[in-house]
Formats: sequence, C-alpha cells, structure tokens
Amino acid sequence: MAELTVLTGADERDLTRLDEYRAIGGYGALERVRGMTPADVIEQISDASLRGRGGAGFPMGRKLSLVPGPGKRPGPAYVVANADESEPGAFKDREIMRLVPHRFIEGCLIAAHAIQSTNVFIYIRGEYLAEYLVLDAAVEEARAAGVLGDVDVLVHRGAGAYICGEESALLESLEGSRGQPRPRPPFPPVAGLYMQPTLINNVQTIASVPAIIEMGVDRYKELGVESAPGTVVYSLSGNVNRPGNYELPLGTTLRELIFEHGHGVADGRALKAVIPGGSSVPIFTHDQLDVQLDFDAVQAAGSYLGSAAVIVVDDRACMVQLAVRAEKFYMHESCGKCTPCREGTRWLVQLLEKIEAGEGTQADLELVVEVCDRIEGKSLCALGDFAVWCVGSYVEKFRDEFQAHIDLGRCPFGGESSIEDVPAPSDQHTHTAMAEVPA
Amino acid sequence: MSDFVAEVQRLRARYPQGRSAVMGALRLAQERHGGWLPPEALREVADAMELTPAHVQAVATFYDMYNLEPVGRHIVEVCTNLSCALVGAKQVVDAFEEQLGIPPGETSDDGEVTLRLVECAGGCGYAPVVIVDGRYREPTKAEDVPGIVEELRGG
Repeated sequence: MAELTVLTGADERDLTRLDEYRAIGGYGALERVRGMTPADVIEQISDASLRGRGGAGFPMGRKLSLVPGPGKRPGPAYVVANADESEPGAFKDREIMRLVPHRFIEGCLIAAHAIQSTNVFIYIRGEYLAEYLVLDAAVEEARAAGVLGDVDVLVHRGAGAYICGEESALLESLEGSRGQPRPRPPFPPVAGLYMQPTLINNVQTIASVPAIIEMGVDRYKELGVESAPGTVVYSLSGNVNRPGNYELPLGTTLRELIFEHGHGVADGRALKAVIPGGSSVPIFTHDQLDVQLDFDAVQAAGSYLGSAAVIVVDDRACMVQLAVRAEKFYMHESCGKCTPCREGTRWLVQLLEKIEAGEGTQADLELVVEVCDRIEGKSLCALGDFAVWCVGSYVEKFRDEFQAHIDLGRCPFGGESSIEDVPAPSDQHTHTAMAEVPA
Repeated sequence: MSDFVAEVQRLRARYPQGRSAVMGALRLAQERHGGWLPPEALREVADAMELTPAHVQAVATFYDMYNLEPVGRHIVEVCTNLSCALVGAKQVVDAFEEQLGIPPGETSDDGEVTLRLVECAGGCGYAPVVIVDGRYREPTKAEDVPGIVEELRGG
C-alpha cells in the first residue's frame, strides 16, 4: 500500500483524540516549525511544490510568500481554512475533518506561524454538523492542552451556499454579508478578510503540511509526480462498485482508481463517461481512462483535476438529462451578482429541458453553444465558467446524443434512462423572476 | 439582557469585527423560533447585532439553511445531485412522497415532517444521501424510506 500523508494512521487509531494523535508524533511538526523562522517554513512548503487541493492547484508556498510580513502590513494577517466543501462529487474534506482533525489544526497552526498570524478561521459548510462537532471538540482539546499557543482558532459555520467555497465569496460571508464574490485584484494575500492580508487554503492543502515537515521535502517529493508531489484524497462516486475516498499519489490513472480501487463499473454495465474533478469540469469519455490524475496531465487532456472528485457515469444515463440536472445546480447556486451567469444559467436550463422534451430545434442546440460562450470568462468568479464547462463538454463529446433528441423529437432512451425525471431543488419553488428565452 | 442577546454578544466578541457573528445569530434565532425565522426573529437579530433589518434580511435570504417559512417538527432532505441521481435518488424522493403524501418543498398536514430536495450534500460516495434533522443517513435506498418515516412519526 502506498504511503499516506493526510489520512495517515486513521485506520488504526482514533485520531480525533489528542493523546492518540500525539502518540503517533502528532503536533511534532508544529513544535519543530515553532523553532524555525517563518521564512524557513515558507521555503520548505515552496520547495515541496505543494499545490492547492481545493480546485485551482495554486502553489501554497507562493501564496504564503505573497502575504506581507508584520512590518509591511497595516494590521494583522489572518489564516482562513476553506472547509466549505460543496463541489458535487467531493466528500474528502469532510473525511479529513472527521478522521484527522488534529492534523488539519496542526497545518493551520504551521501556516499561522509562517505568516506570523494569531488568528485562524475555519469556515465549515453548514450541513457538516457531525464534522463541525468533531472539529470544534478537537480545537477545544488542543486549546486546553496549550497547543494553540498565542493563536486563536475559530470554527465558523456556513449556512448552505455553494458559492461560499469561492474564496472571495467566503470572505464576504465570513465578514457577515451575502456570500458574493469580490472583484480581484486585490487578491486575499494583499487584502482579504476585513481587507487585511489573508492566507486562504483548502482543508486538504493545509492538512498536507505537517507531513512535509515530518518527512522532509525530499521524501515528500518522492510521492506523486514532479509537477505535483504528494498524495491526494480522490473522492470516487457514481456508477462504481466501491465508491469512497482513496488517498493515493498524485498521478494515479483513472483506470487504476476506477477499476483497481473502485472495483469497476457497477451492475456489470459499460462505462460511458467520467467526470475527473467534480461536476464543474469538462467530462471525459470512456477512452480516456489512461489519463493520469494530476493537475497538468488532466489539463493537457482537456479538463481539470479540480477537487479530484471522480464521478463515474455508465451507459444507462442520458447525457441531455445529465446536462439538465447539472445546469439546474449552477442556476440554483449562482449568487446573482453577474448577469451572464445569473441569466445564462436559466437560459441553459430552459433550452436543455426543451431538447430533452423532444421539442428542441437545431437552432436551440446552436443557442446552447452560443450561450455557453457568452457566459464563459464574463463573470467575476469561476461559477459561470463551471456552469458551461460541464454542459459545453457534454454537447461537444456526446453531440450525437443531443442531435438524436432533435431528430427523433423525443429522448432516445424512451423513458429508460437511469436519471429519468430526477428532480432538483430549483423545481420546488422559485424565489426570483425567471428570464425566459425569447421564442 | 435576554439570554438571546447575551449569547449574541458572546458570539460577536469572538470575532475581530462583530458583524461576522450574524450567521451564528441567525442560527440561534432560528433554533429559538421553532426552526424558522419569522419577521420578528429577523428584527431580534438586527437589534442584537446592531445591524439594519435590511442587512439581516439580505443575509437570511441568501443561504439555504435559513428557513423563511414555517417547517415541520422534522426535516427530511434528499440530495438529488449527480452522484446521488445516478444511483437512485429519484426513487428515494418518490418513496418519501408516497409515505408522507406530500411533494418535495412541503410540510405534512399534521405539521410533523417537511420534505425537501437539496443540492450536493457531500456524501457522494455513500449515495443516495438523506439528511434527517441535520443527521446524515448514508446510503438511504428507497426500501429504507418506510422505516425512516415510521421512526419520525413515532418519535
């Protein structure tokens, strides 16, 4: 079995307990780091080439070095941990917080030392109640034992909004406003929480830091690939025999993940498509299984590793229905600030529903592609891009299936698709007036 | 000072800027008002937070977990996002509809159970995901639904 760096030891011990975590050397990295200069800590994380596990793959060392030091900033600097995991397909941060909360807290404290901050905020999604209770208890246990030192750690609960996983929306939300993205620049390391320099990283990125210090940079870099060392927790779901979280080296192929670890496609069905990084990224077809799951390799193959959330789709699913369901999510979660995203997602849902109902024309299909083009890159944050990367890639890669809906005047699955008529929250009621696609 | 106001003040004191506590204050208010936020609850939060009622309402309407209408004694939430949809979320929703006699988005006539659909709850590997009163039940198959409803009706 491959070496772990994040969930290490959780299969043998109850690492939610401080004494158990300490028994395997926990908080040893923090102790060492506190004897180092902040610059040395940043250098180690930079040398390890630790890339953000939240979606964008941005080097954590670079983020750390962008935060101005105490003499060069107007006030305090903050550490914010993004635990608002809500990318469809991703459920790994939840497992990290539930199984190894102290390793995550240790990573937060190391980051605080590196930017000389005494305030850590952990923004956890509101739905994660069980995980909040575990994490908060771990913080209090660490506080009582004096582990936090002069750093205050506060666990802040969200209240249900996908957009708050976007860093600038998260900061707005944490400040007590609606969670709507900010224009950038300035970026958070310059002006983040309360407009002060802020380091913001995903749970798994932060939880990877103690291992770098413990193992040393050289040994850490033996794991994974050169452009992205280390391990990552892949979340595997959908039509697969053994869904779940699998911590493996970066660069593991889709084939290994799905067929070795996931024991293949469920119910003896054929693989139709795979979403490699959460619902927001372009989809892969069944013949792309040899793509290595690391940031650069997935991008070279036309998609993104994103949050390493792999969704397996078998041959029973209608791609137009999948597109409708995916787009309803983005319509529901669009914060409403930017017109292309707010209105465009509504248009896409209406057009796709029309095509699925067998009432779509050739012009409607062309309009789907055109609307995608008019959303992408035209909003403040990436949610608009996500809303078109998914649907746009389904149209591109399964064009024949979309075309068949138009040519036949009905869904070619004839009511037998595995996701037939699946309802979405946006079907329950609408709070806002809907823009209609002009006839 | 009421218990609520005192609790909100404690919450505000934990942040460098007190207004960050508005989400926690809304959660507290919702718990005290039977699981939802009537207009007077929003006013109480605004007063305790020293924010305008308009700001508090703006925040409350933004997030899915603040209920702006009355809810049942129990809340059943079914995720129907991609991973859950692919493994039978529709059948789970149908089973709840049948057992409770209400469509998603509504509360049973006796005021006991609210049924609603939610977007990805982060349990994709243990799908389909159902959340009962904040507690995840993973996976929940359609055949598990009568037992859950019986439990809720009895408890």
